[in-house]
Amino acid sequence: MKTILKTAALALVVAAGTALPLTASAQTANTAAIKHPDAAVVDAYLKSTFGKAPPEWQARIEPDETLKTCNHFRNDVPSAEADKIIKRELAKVVFPADGKLLGDWKEGKKVANNGRGGQFSDNEKTVSGGNCYACHQLELAEVSYGTLGPSLTSYGKDRKFDPEEAKQAYTKIYNSQAVVACSNMPRFGANKFLTEKQIKDIVALLFDPESPVNK
Amino acid sequence: MRRAAIGSVLTVMLLCTISFGAVAEDKSEKEIERYRAMISDPMSNPGFLAVDRGEVLWSEKRGSKNVSLEGCDLGLGAGKLEGAFAKLPRFFKDADKVMDLEQRLLWCMQNLQGLDTKDVIARRFSGPGRASDLEDLVAYIANKSNGMKIDVQLSHPKEMEMAAVGEELFFRRGGVMDFSCATCHGDEGKRIRLQGLPNLSKAGKQSQETMGSWPTYRVSQGALRTMQHRLWDCYRQQRWPVPEYASDSITALTVFLNKQALGGEINVPSIKR
Repeated sequence: MKTILKTAALALVVAAGTALPLTASAQTANTAAIKHPDAAVVDAYLKSTFGKAPPEWQARIEPDETLKTCNHFRNDVPSAEADKIIKRELAKVVFPADGKLLGDWKEGKKVANNGRGGQFSDNEKTVSGGNCYACHQLELAEVSYGTLGPSLTSYGKDRKFDPEEAKQAYTKIYNSQAVVACSNMPRFGANKFLTEKQIKDIVALLFDPESPVNK
Repeated sequence: MRRAAIGSVLTVMLLCTISFGAVAEDKSEKEIERYRAMISDPMSNPGFLAVDRGEVLWSEKRGSKNVSLEGCDLGLGAGKLEGAFAKLPRFFKDADKVMDLEQRLLWCMQNLQGLDTKDVIARRFSGPGRASDLEDLVAYIANKSNGMKIDVQLSHPKEMEMAAVGEELFFRRGGVMDFSCATCHGDEGKRIRLQGLPNLSKAGKQSQETMGSWPTYRVSQGALRTMQHRLWDCYRQQRWPVPEYASDSITALTVFLNKQALGGEINVPSIKR
């Protein structure tokens, strides 16, 4: 039910083509039932398990204001909190200086297929990938796709290659929570996981008429 | 030639996907199911080699005190193995701590055998040509709870704390991708690529089947793995920092997951992809 509402909210936002301050889900009473243990106790557990990791790694699991809210409500945020998150996260989105949002779809395809980067088994030379196929269907020829996110087949074509829709997609990839508060999707640009060029290449994969996603 | 062949296979797949998207999905899931059934044959499960090695290790005299682990109390009394795993993790008075099986084995090695566990911990996860005492011992001991129901202990305040913190950690997002355990295991019928994901956010069948089938022999890794390795690998994929082996958050998550899986039947070592 929650998922349906979330999907509906996402569809509305995408359809509107603007970052409307919609909540990730409707108000439910179950959030009140969440019992959180004492924060100091949780921190002690985290320290015992992750305390020996390098400081920069430990900083990565220090929740920012947005994740603190998402964690508190287990992503089922009330609308007032959702508005705050969307406003805060939208401010983090950096658009390309030259205004061009579509890169090279062929490069985007590589980024979509690459699931590496950011893992403690990687090294500093590892090129990070968007790993889009882990959660989304994109081009039909790729049968190994996940279902945690919606199917994105024919994405640009279905939106008549509308530049406003491309901008919305760029925003969503750069910072998912600028569109849907507490979205499960990573904040690829805002968390500095993917580069601006990589994000443009993925936007091209979605919006270039020549991209296999639109064939 | 090969490329052309692959090309036509893809074309066929493409056509299938266009016309019968849902059917194709069902079909590939059925194929995966068939593969799982095929590798689930206990007579050919290499995980039982680990059980045999664990049996030898359990009765081997080691450490400065030159005694075996047979005097180790896993919760039901010294040396009592039948059903011990089904009630773990649990609070141990002598250690004043909630421990999972690995933590308890390390405690017994140190305190009962007087064994320097540095080498044992270095070999916590087996690799090619490098056996893991802990994986083997867990396989042996867990196997002694086969057919029994998961009955994690939740009466001591520290056990209850573990369950509560484990639940909190399950839903806690972090790392460069903002992932929590629940990102992948919070809903029904989801997949990463083609890998099905159990919903562990709810108590019930999927949690029971998951927790009742670890330790398992991982075909893709050619090794017997325990929940310690599973959670270590989950945190790796979650883009979290490397978790300390046999530490409190891992045990807390295990307590929470076993709580979700209460009443599930244990049948281990299983065999998985």
